Formats: sequence, structure tokens, C-alpha cells
Amino acid sequence: MKASSAMRRPRLLGLYAAFVFAFIYLPIVVLVLYSFNRDGVGGFPPGHFTLRWYTQLFADSSIWDSLLNSLMVAAASVALSLALGLLAALALDRTDFPGKTLFRRLVLLPLILPGIITGLSLLMFAVFAGVQLSLLTVFLGHATALVSVATTELFAGLQKLDRAQEEASLDLGATPWQTFWRITLPNLKLSLIAAGLLIFTLSMDEIAVTFFLIGRDNTLPLEIWARLRRGITPEINAISALILVVSVGLIVIWYHLRARSLGGRSQEFL
Amino acid sequence: MYSRAYKSLVSIPPIAWVGVLLLLPYALMFVHSLWAVREGVIVHQWNWENYKTLFTNSLYAKVLFRTMRIAASVTLCSILLGYPLAYYLAFHAGARKELLYQLVIVPLWVSYLVRGYAWKTILGSDGVLNGFLQYLHLTHEPVGFFLYSPFAVVLMLTHIYTPFVFLPIYAALEHIPRPLLEASQDLGAGSVQTFWRVILPLSMPGLLAGATFAFVLSLGDFLAPLLVGGPSGTMIANVVQSLFGAAFDWPLGAAISVGILVITISLLFLGELLEKRWAFK
Amino acid sequence: MSASPANPPQELPAGSAALLEARKVAKRFGAVEVLKEISLNIASGEFLTLLGESGSGKTTLLRLIAGFDEPSSGEIWMSGERLDLLPPYKRRVNTVFQNYALFPHLSARDNVAYGLRVKNVPANEISGRIGDALRMVKMQDFAGYRPSKLSGGQQQRIALARALVNRPQLLLLDEPLSALDANLRKQMQSELKSLQREIGVTFLFVTHDQEEAMALSDRIALLRDGALEQVASPREIYAHPSTAYTAEFIGQTNLLRGEIRGSMVRCGALRWPLEQADGPVIFSLRPEAIRICPDGGRQTSEAAFRATVRQQFYGGSSELLEVDCGSGQTLRVRIPTRGPLTGEHDFVFSFCDAIRVQE
Repeated sequence: MKASSAMRRPRLLGLYAAFVFAFIYLPIVVLVLYSFNRDGVGGFPPGHFTLRWYTQLFADSSIWDSLLNSLMVAAASVALSLALGLLAALALDRTDFPGKTLFRRLVLLPLILPGIITGLSLLMFAVFAGVQLSLLTVFLGHATALVSVATTELFAGLQKLDRAQEEASLDLGATPWQTFWRITLPNLKLSLIAAGLLIFTLSMDEIAVTFFLIGRDNTLPLEIWARLRRGITPEINAISALILVVSVGLIVIWYHLRARSLGGRSQEFL
Repeated sequence: MYSRAYKSLVSIPPIAWVGVLLLLPYALMFVHSLWAVREGVIVHQWNWENYKTLFTNSLYAKVLFRTMRIAASVTLCSILLGYPLAYYLAFHAGARKELLYQLVIVPLWVSYLVRGYAWKTILGSDGVLNGFLQYLHLTHEPVGFFLYSPFAVVLMLTHIYTPFVFLPIYAALEHIPRPLLEASQDLGAGSVQTFWRVILPLSMPGLLAGATFAFVLSLGDFLAPLLVGGPSGTMIANVVQSLFGAAFDWPLGAAISVGILVITISLLFLGELLEKRWAFK
Repeated sequence: MSASPANPPQELPAGSAALLEARKVAKRFGAVEVLKEISLNIASGEFLTLLGESGSGKTTLLRLIAGFDEPSSGEIWMSGERLDLLPPYKRRVNTVFQNYALFPHLSARDNVAYGLRVKNVPANEISGRIGDALRMVKMQDFAGYRPSKLSGGQQQRIALARALVNRPQLLLLDEPLSALDANLRKQMQSELKSLQREIGVTFLFVTHDQEEAMALSDRIALLRDGALEQVASPREIYAHPSTAYTAEFIGQTNLLRGEIRGSMVRCGALRWPLEQADGPVIFSLRPEAIRICPDGGRQTSEAAFRATVRQQFYGGSSELLEVDCGSGQTLRVRIPTRGPLTGEHDFVFSFCDAIRVQE
């Protein structure tokens, strides 16, 4: 863009962009601020600083139980989603079979389908199969919804993989199996980690699908949800703030990993 | 280059997975929609009643239209917020582009529930916004419609989906080769014209992708209404949810779900068609 | 091996045995025939270049020999055994890829060691062989670097070392120099040639650059639309092109079209005697075979013509003239530098420099 006209325009646009940023961050800032507020969640300005809500939070055993449940489900979801997602990505990238287009659309469908549909359809399936609702059904629900994320990310990673490298490996005497472990997987490392982190986060935060598949044990979001129905307390602010900190921590880690490995363009997220 | 065994190994497990955990459940859902409920129990009586109800009962039509309006508002607002932001980052952010991009991404990682809850606390009668307005003596009583209204739902969902709409638009804008813009100016078009004639058309696929995403997901959202919608902000997914809950009518709920599924798939196809027409290489 | 349009007569360099034999190898992709029943022998220890435009099938043939594709029909034999039935990792053939295909997550040393490690060569032997391979390409100081830290030329050497360390019977090079800039290219050409001479491995080199092919090869196999146009040494192919296509592809030439009548060749303004049957003819006449003959000093074995200089391109050591012989017949003439020329001049060329070619 010509320097002169570009100088005038950004002023207004820049202001607007700042406004959008503010809009995006406002609730988060308010949330964190008020988690330290003695007088609770409302009113303005926030009054007295206190850590009371955090201490109350740490003593809350059902929160910890639900956190543990969420972690287990999330870890299992990452494992299964990555495994199936890798196979699906390989299948999409390298094979051809009748119905491949349908397969591709179905695999990617849960990404855009409202969670309620995925959740309900799996609920009906669970009933049909006579399976009782529990963390297991929650896990299967998460994995089903999140395989799409793994497939998308890993497929993109495969596309970036230079086919010639695998040919070079075969040329140098490695069998296809050796080639997969020595060349294909290491080159997918970044995609695997990015997908893994994303799936983990999405699973930890998942509500819509979980809502319909939950049994007796709650996951963290559903535990929070249950409390919200009862009423608002700043304790919820506190846990929200903590979730925020952990989330940001994860992004920072991910960002560093990516910057370290390739030091190049890092504009590939979803 | 890949043997038969390799190809079978990689394609069979995912196909099996998709068949059992996606196709089969959708089929089950469709089957359920053709059944009925008699005296609190689901009976396998094949009929189209549920679909008839959907089309004739005005209650469902009303909620559906409200849902569509909300989804459309969310999509529009997200675009109005997300596009200029993406534009600014792509063309004017200079050295800080990368950092700002990450800053936009950060909220995506923050829990949906957390963000929804935050709005709840801000918008309520005792909430931060009202407190702020009263503090500034702009109002003397709490304003009611901030919370428990369609307005609140639109606000919350816009907040959720603006980054989602931003992402594909930004990617599309970044993909526009800068020499094209220089050529446009060289040929006499100013910034505004260049935007209309070059930038906007070339960013359409990204815009479309983001808009479809925001619209479809808003359409099927049931959590936002429960958090901040109140009775006047109920959406179609809430109806479904209650039919699977207290109002126990799985077949009817399944029918509505099938409807949502059909709408989603139709919009996806529409999006693809439009994208093919607008695709440039 | 019988000669046919797709398989011109080929002579192996004197005193050498065939290492690789392609027998009527054809390749189809769907309805498109990319290779049309090629038969080609490669002699042990020779530097053979597959030369052709893009789409000529040269890369396809290379990939068939490497093992990344299967022939639609025909056989490939190496050292007395069927090669095309083996998967790539069992062939004693290694490839230097066009964009090097170095493994980005491995250092240069580990890249070179790769082929040895997957075949479980003992570790002490590996380090010795890596050292030799790196020294051979003069990259011993860069062993610990990742490919992303190396320049194009350096990556190319590592790719070469990685392939050669496996002691292949045949080394395939897929346009390895095309990504390098002109100066580096010339340097690498020289190094490749001397390397091949030194280690004696058979090289099959693919390129579209005819100058490169001429400079490096013991023999050139010119491919056109999936068939072999001519297989011969660079000198032979330049001096005696068999077809018009070959004459124009390799170096520059003037294609003279005309006829023989009564033992005289008539091509436009050019006439000279030739004892051959009457009929239409095409001749290839190289620009440097024509010289200016100012004062009628022509030999009996030379033909003469008069033409007007239309364009003159200065080339440092020589000049290229475009001359008009009248009736629209234009020829190109290359002469040693002599300053600006205009107007009509007399030109001569030897009869035997006009090579008769097929269409």
C-alpha cells in the first residue's frame, strides 16, 4: 500500500481494532479482577482485595474430583483422537476408495455440527447398545467429536511433508514401516503436538456433548455448570481465573515449541 | 507407492469408527424421529407425526425464527468486528502482526463456560455494567434487558465467535499477493476501490467459511440461552434439550435434531457451491 | 535389440558391459502414454544423460528405474536380474532428488548415515564410511549442521554423499543442478564429472539443459514424447544428428528444407551436388560451419551463396549473424568477432557439413 494513504487510514481502523480487542478481552479482565473482590461478583468499582475465594476453592473436594475426571477423559481423548486422526489423515492423503468423499465429509462433520447433535445421537446409540452413561461414554463422545480436529491438523501436516523425503528413505533402503517411524512421524511432530494441545483444551472445556453423555461422575465444566444453576459465587470466578492462567500457560508452551522447532511461519493454527 | 496392506491398515479403523460412531448414531436419531411417545414411554410406532408437528405448530416456528435471527445477528456482528480486525492485522500491523495475532487466538483457548459466565456477571442487574453506569450516574436503576434477553445471547455468542470468524478471514487476506494491490493502485484505483474490487472478492472464501461456522454453531447452541438468555432468549436447541429432559419426548426431539442436521448440511453445501464460484487460484 | 522408431540404434562405449537394460519399457497414466516401449542399455561405469523437454518422459523413466513406479509393460534388468520386480529399498540403486529431499530433522551426518543405519551396518563401519563420503563431497566440516542451515550447493553435496555412501551400482540424478544459480551450477558440473571419473560409479543423469548434457556425458539419450530420438556420444550427436528435432534441440542449427533433383540439392538459394535419390530432404547446417568468403576464395568442396546481413548479435568471442538469402530464407551464421557488418556478403560452407536428417 502506498505510504501516504496508508498513514491516514490506520488511525480510524487502528482505533476500531483496539475497540474489538477490548471487547474480546473485557470479560476476561473483569472476571479475573472480581475473583479477588471481597464483596462478590457485582457492583462497581470492585472493592476489597481478598484471596478468600481461592482458598475456598482449594478446599472444595468435589471440584478436585471433577478436575481429575476431566483430566482422565482429556488424556484418553487425546490418545484416541490422535491415533484415529493420524490414520484418517493418512487414508485421506494416500488412498483412494469408493465413498472416500463421503468418508471425508463425515470425519469433518463434527467440527461444524452443534455439539447437541453429536451428543444426542451418541446418547441414542448408548441407549440402543445398552451402555450405561459414565465417564466412558463421555470419553467416547469427546473422541468422536475431536477426531476431526486431529484429522484436519495432521492432514495439513502431511500435505506439507515433502513426498520426496519418503521416496528418498525407500531409495536408501528403508522399508515402508521404517520410513513411517523414522521419517513420516518425526516430520509430523509439530502437527501432533499442536493437535494434541488443542484436543486437550477442547476436551477440558467440552460441555455440549458431555451434557448428554454424563453419568454419575462430573467433569469440571459440568461441575461448574451445576454450581451456576445454584447461584453465582466468586469462587467460580476464582476457578475461571485459574483455568484462564492454565490455558494461557499452554499457549505459551505451544508457542515456544513451535518457535523453537522451525523458526519460520507459525500462522497455522486450526 | 503404498502397498495394499498399508492402504487397508490406514483406512479400515477410521472408516469403522466413522461408521459406528457417526453414521450409526445419526441413523438412530432419524429412526427415533419416526417413532412416538405414548404415556411416557417411547413406542416403535412408525409415523411422520413429529415432522408434521414441527411444520404446523406455531410455537416451534416462533422459536426457530428467533433462533435464526439470533444466529444471523451473531454472524453479522462477528463479521463486523472480525473483518476490520483481520484487515488491520494483515495490512497495517507491521512488526507487531505476529504478537497481535496470538493475542486474538488466546481467548479461543479460554473456556466457553468461563466467558459465558463472565458475561453473566457483567450484564446482570447487580452486575458490573450496571454498577459502572450507576457509578457514572448515567442511570439510576439497573437496566433490565442487558441480561436474560436475546440481546445478551447475541452479545455472548458474538464474543465467542468473533475470533473464529477472524481466523479464516485473516488467512485469506494474508494469502492475497501484495503485488496485486500494488498493481491495482498502479492502474489508478485508490484504497477504497482496491478494497472493493480486489481485497474483498479475494477474501470471500475466508469470510464465507467463518460466517458458516458462526451461523451453524450459533444456531445449535443451547448453553448461551441457559446462561444469559432467560425465557425470552430460548433457542431451538433448548427446546430439543428439554424434550430429552423434563418434557420427555425423544422422538420429537430427534425430529428437530434431524432438522438442525439437515439445515447444517444444506448450509455446508451452499457454502461449498459459493466457494467454488468465488474461488480464484 | 532391434532398431525401431522408438529405439534408435545404440552402441555402448567400446569395451564395456551393460549394467542396466530397459527392455521395451512402457508407462501409461490412464489414457496417456508417457513412455512408449523404450529399450535402453546403460554401460557399467558410464555417465549417461537422459535429455529432453518437460513431458518427454525422462523423469518417468528415472522413477521406474528407482522403483517409485511400475512399468505398464516391459522389463528392467540390472546385472542379470529383474530389477522392476523389486521394491525401491531392495534395489542397488540410489537417487539424488531434484530438491534434494534431505531429512530436515536430521543433521547432515545423520542424513548421510541413514541408508547405512536402516540396513543395520555396524556402527564403527558407519562412521568410517560417513567420513569418507563427506570428504568426497568436501563437506566434512558441516557434518553437524541441519539442512536448513546449509546453502543450496551444500545441500546438494550432502544429498550426493547420502546416496553414494551406500555404494550403489547405479546412481540416479534427477535434475540435481536445476535449483542452483548459473555460476554454482558450472562449478558443480565440474565437480560431478570428476567425482564420477574418480569413483567409477555408473551415473544416470536427467536434465533438460542440453549444454549440461553435452559437457558431462559419455553418452546422451535424447527423449521426445516418450520415445528415444537418438542415443550417442555428445560429439556424435552434435556432428551427426539423426533428426531435425535432435539437430535443433542440441546446439543451434539451420534446418534447410528442399529437394534433391538430378543429384543436386536445392534448398532455397542454396545449391550443392549430392549423389542421392531424388526426393524431399532436410539438412542440418550448423551456424559455425558457414564462413564469410570475401574474395571468391572457395574450395571445390564448398557451396557458396550470397546473403544480406539483417541482424548481428555480438557474443564476445564470436558473433551470430542473421542473414537473408532472398525469398524469405533466413540463415544463422556464426563467425569470429570482426566488427559491425552490413549489406550483402558471400558465404560458403562445406558440403559435408550439411547433415541430412529425418523429420
